[in-house]
Amino acid sequence: MESKFYEEDKLLIFKITDEIDDCSVQKIRRKADYEMERYMPKKVIFDFSCVTFMDSAGIGMIIGRYKFANMIGAQLEVSNLTQSVKRIFEMSGILKLIPVASLGQAQSSHA
Amino acid sequence: MKDVFENEMKLEFISRSSNEAFARLTVAAFAAQLDPTIEELADIKTAVSEAVTNCIIHGYENKQGIVKIVGHLKENEIILEISDTGKGIENVDIAREPLYTTKPNLERSGMGFTIMESFMDTMEIESIVGLGTKVTMSKKIKPNRKEEEEDFQMITTSH
Repeated sequence: MESKFYEEDKLLIFKITDEIDDCSVQKIRRKADYEMERYMPKKVIFDFSCVTFMDSAGIGMIIGRYKFANMIGAQLEVSNLTQSVKRIFEMSGILKLIPVASLGQAQSSHA
Repeated sequence: MKDVFENEMKLEFISRSSNEAFARLTVAAFAAQLDPTIEELADIKTAVSEAVTNCIIHGYENKQGIVKIVGHLKENEIILEISDTGKGIENVDIAREPLYTTKPNLERSGMGFTIMESFMDTMEIESIVGLGTKVTMSKKIKPNRKEEEEDFQMITTSH
């Protein structure tokens, strides 16, 4: 997973580059929480454009990061959901809670 | 008369979460013989990933055990049995309910069985407390019409 912090906007972008399953969420969780604490952003965006696989472990991971972001006063959004990722998020109903941000490819490629 | 296409495989591995990717990719390679679409293959991979995660996290509770997958291909259908010899499920009906999880503190969503059920055509759970759990799922792969026509054309033109 790659991350990039935009100081002027207090925006932290995580670009997930692994397949998301029970094994990889442990690494993603650790890194995301560490970076959020370090930068104290106002907004956190998870970019899913490079995610080729996700199972239900991704739901728990995003809900957990959503709670963590709330705790530090940041707003969490998800972006560039692929068809299969979107389907799983929609089944769980978390898109009613977490907004989908439109993140340009240019911006996400810098992340 | 056309022969009915049949095939079978068995896969056993240690209950480590790093084997989840291995399991779903192996099953996907096996299922590829039915010429599924990318979406159908993604559905199978997701369902396998959920079932294997259940064996590792709930069946064996992260202790070492063996996860077993038996796969059958019959005509255009894939049937998968994914089993563990772990602790078993006390109440299968409750476990199947969306959002039900015994481990909410570990950021579990409780969507595993719901995803298996909706990504496959059928899903059954057999479980005996103390002996283990077996999940049997099946999915029919829609025949790829266009390719069949192309094959037919190739045969007719070559004669």
